[in-house]
Amino acid sequence: MGDMTTTPGSSVRVLEGSETGFATTKLDALLNWAKKYSLFQYPFVTACCGMEFMAMASPRFDMARFGAEAPRFSPRQADLLWVVGTISQRQAPALRRIYEQMADPKWVLAFGTCASCGGFYDNYTTVAGIDKIIPVDVFVPGCPPRPEAVLDGLLLLQDKIARGTREPGIVKPRRDAAVLGANLVKLGKKDKAAP
Amino acid sequence: MSKRVLEILGERFGHDVLETHSQFGDDTAVVNPARWLEIATFLRDDSRCAMNMFVDITAVDYLGRQTPRFEVVMHLRSLERGHRVRLKARVGDEDGQNAEIDSVVSVWKGANWFEREAFDMFGVVFRGHPDLRRLLMYPEFVGYPLRKDYPADKIQPLVEFRNVPGKLPPFGPDEGMSFGRQTHDYRRDEPGGEAN
Repeated sequence: MGDMTTTPGSSVRVLEGSETGFATTKLDALLNWAKKYSLFQYPFVTACCGMEFMAMASPRFDMARFGAEAPRFSPRQADLLWVVGTISQRQAPALRRIYEQMADPKWVLAFGTCASCGGFYDNYTTVAGIDKIIPVDVFVPGCPPRPEAVLDGLLLLQDKIARGTREPGIVKPRRDAAVLGANLVKLGKKDKAAP
Repeated sequence: MSKRVLEILGERFGHDVLETHSQFGDDTAVVNPARWLEIATFLRDDSRCAMNMFVDITAVDYLGRQTPRFEVVMHLRSLERGHRVRLKARVGDEDGQNAEIDSVVSVWKGANWFEREAFDMFGVVFRGHPDLRRLLMYPEFVGYPLRKDYPADKIQPLVEFRNVPGKLPPFGPDEGMSFGRQTHDYRRDEPGGEAN
């Protein structure tokens, strides 16, 4: 998660027994730490990606581990807007209004290819990416994205919050060593051509 | 079995049944649009036809292929007699005007939203419809998106788009789709491009 860094030169000692102590930090860092582990979310679910969102929010993948388990169905109480699915031109004003109703600080996560760029919908009715309507913090491409990719997106967002940056981020595909072949264990007959 | 329905139609309406066609159990009659409502009522009420189930009504655009440009297609089924029939009527000029036909909502209530959708997508006007508004598109939308002469890449945004200068790869101006959508942005810059 990249948040357990210690400043250079500082020594960390674990308190024992009845010892008491204190820790020093910057106020911004403390606030950001609090924000990133208490994301109240507003799921704006419009399409099939919603199934994957449910999978990710349910116990198998367990979004609650990252402090993002509480959905709020009023945008006024939410920090994180999940835009899950295709946004049509007709929905665009509603989405913009929802975003404007959210209180600062607020973040937006585009869940899936359709929300990120319109996906394969290249037609008269689909908004080609919600960043044409509202600013987006994290894009999670995929049709639908796997829950792991969405968790990557959530961690990327937490990392952004900790760093205090609003640059849009994008979840990269995971590199699987087994698929790349570097550490692939070969089964079956020996390769006779090999020396 | 439902070939008999075509025969009955032919007997009753004579030359107003322009063509009939039967293949693989699908029976089609192309009829005179002027008698559309009359034929629909007859099909429902005649005991030999008894088309008590309305299945579908939609339109097809044959731009440049036939002179009455649109074909209104209706599917009917009889639950009592277990047969079905497809009715077609050809309406509309080459430029899309005068695409009018009678509404069959007075015959089958279920036709209401189907006719609204056909109006929304093709601009076929159903005379006598109780509430002929757009069904899927927004009222501000200009034109009829499923007509063949509606530009495939033309969008009509309801909210003004933000200017997103640099999008992260793989999303570019063409949103990762080199085969389309690049055209949207310059279309919006056209004079009146927002409103059209």
